[in-house]
Amino acid sequence: MIAIVDYGVGNLYSLHCSLKHIGAESVVTREESVLRAAEKIILPGVGAFGDAAAKLHALKLDGLLQALAAQGKPLMGVCLGMQLLFDEGLEYGTHQGLGLIPGQVIPLAPEAQGRKVPHMGWNSLDILKPEDPLMAGIPQGAYVYYVHSYYATQCDEALVATSAYGAKVAGVVRRGSVCGTQFHPEKSGEVGLAILASFAKGGV
Amino acid sequence: MLTKRIIPCLDVRNGRVVKGVNFEGLRDVDDPVTLARFYNDSGADELVFYDITASFEGRPLFADALKRVAAEVFIPLTVGGSINTLDDFDRVLKCGADKVSVNSGAIRNPSLIEEAAKRYGDQCVVLSMDIKRVNGSFHVFAKGGREDTGLDAIQWVKYGADHGAGEVVVNSIDTDGVRGGFDLPMLTAIGDAVSLPLIASGGAGTREHFVTLFQLPRVDAGLAASIFHSREVDIRELKAYLAENGVPMRL
Repeated sequence: MIAIVDYGVGNLYSLHCSLKHIGAESVVTREESVLRAAEKIILPGVGAFGDAAAKLHALKLDGLLQALAAQGKPLMGVCLGMQLLFDEGLEYGTHQGLGLIPGQVIPLAPEAQGRKVPHMGWNSLDILKPEDPLMAGIPQGAYVYYVHSYYATQCDEALVATSAYGAKVAGVVRRGSVCGTQFHPEKSGEVGLAILASFAKGGV
Repeated sequence: MLTKRIIPCLDVRNGRVVKGVNFEGLRDVDDPVTLARFYNDSGADELVFYDITASFEGRPLFADALKRVAAEVFIPLTVGGSINTLDDFDRVLKCGADKVSVNSGAIRNPSLIEEAAKRYGDQCVVLSMDIKRVNGSFHVFAKGGREDTGLDAIQWVKYGADHGAGEVVVNSIDTDGVRGGFDLPMLTAIGDAVSLPLIASGGAGTREHFVTLFQLPRVDAGLAASIFHSREVDIRELKAYLAENGVPMRL
């Protein structure tokens, strides 16, 4: 059973449906006992870093997720959920993240070379670590759907795949059993479903 | 590399797709799920569902249709039509919409843009504009293009960008339905005014029209309805053709 963390942020219906579609059972929850019992956890999220971090804290989910990650329970962050895995985010001030992956989340540079913010649409993946379990069966250059205005930096060791958007955007990251995607796998067609299936059914 | 996007738009009334859908080989072409699945399989980059239900009674039917689509089709879904309040945002987001487009509702109550962006994030709020030339300037029209609001489109899109809209749809009333190509001067004017992702709508008749459209560097996506529904233009063939012509496409 996969627990999708419900902390009042994001479109959980699509994530739940996409897992169901690939044959993975999931439950949307904020209950400590359910999260502890879950085999794996997905931390979703859209919106602002500070708000989301504050909500996790208010629901006492930050400490719980840190503890479960320390036990080696597989945890996958999606979009803002991935950003929250890092040390800190600079969105409307400086906010502490979960600190599970070293790095900092900063704004995409606005419109230097005709690039728009948010980075919205389908972008190709440059896979740096094809051996990563999440990248199983994903071809170099596969397209995934991004919507974001901030991105993770100073996290070179954790980079599994990136996408070019002026800056090198951290697309897939991992540190041990903690991983994440900046794009929305649940909105990235067959490629996204394959990545979700690797997380749901793979060893880590 | 970020690709340009091709987006079919489906009008839905009382939970069924309407208007000129003429597909052979598909059973129940008026079913939103059947069509959504077809377009997804054809390589559509996103889907837009427009709720044109006039009565309150049709809302639950739309919600049900949207839920069924979101359970089966895993690409971005935008919903528009009858979005007037935050409750309307909530209603469609809970059913699986990723983005919500506001039009007349935002003209009546401009603070809706900012309130929605604060609650759901900028990426969720699409400002859709029906624009027509009036005395040499671009006016925003309301009520499905029937009423001149007198609003200047350039001012209005700047207001939207400043208050949290995350994407813009420009529907040219002047070129809509004519099938003579997109309204390039209008798109250029709006594209120069704001730096948001820009979706072009109104005027697509042939695949060449899309090639010309994407020569405008500030246009991110092309949206159309009837030429896709009538099968005059097949999305997979269109995208291959655009790629051959140097437009970055997800194939």
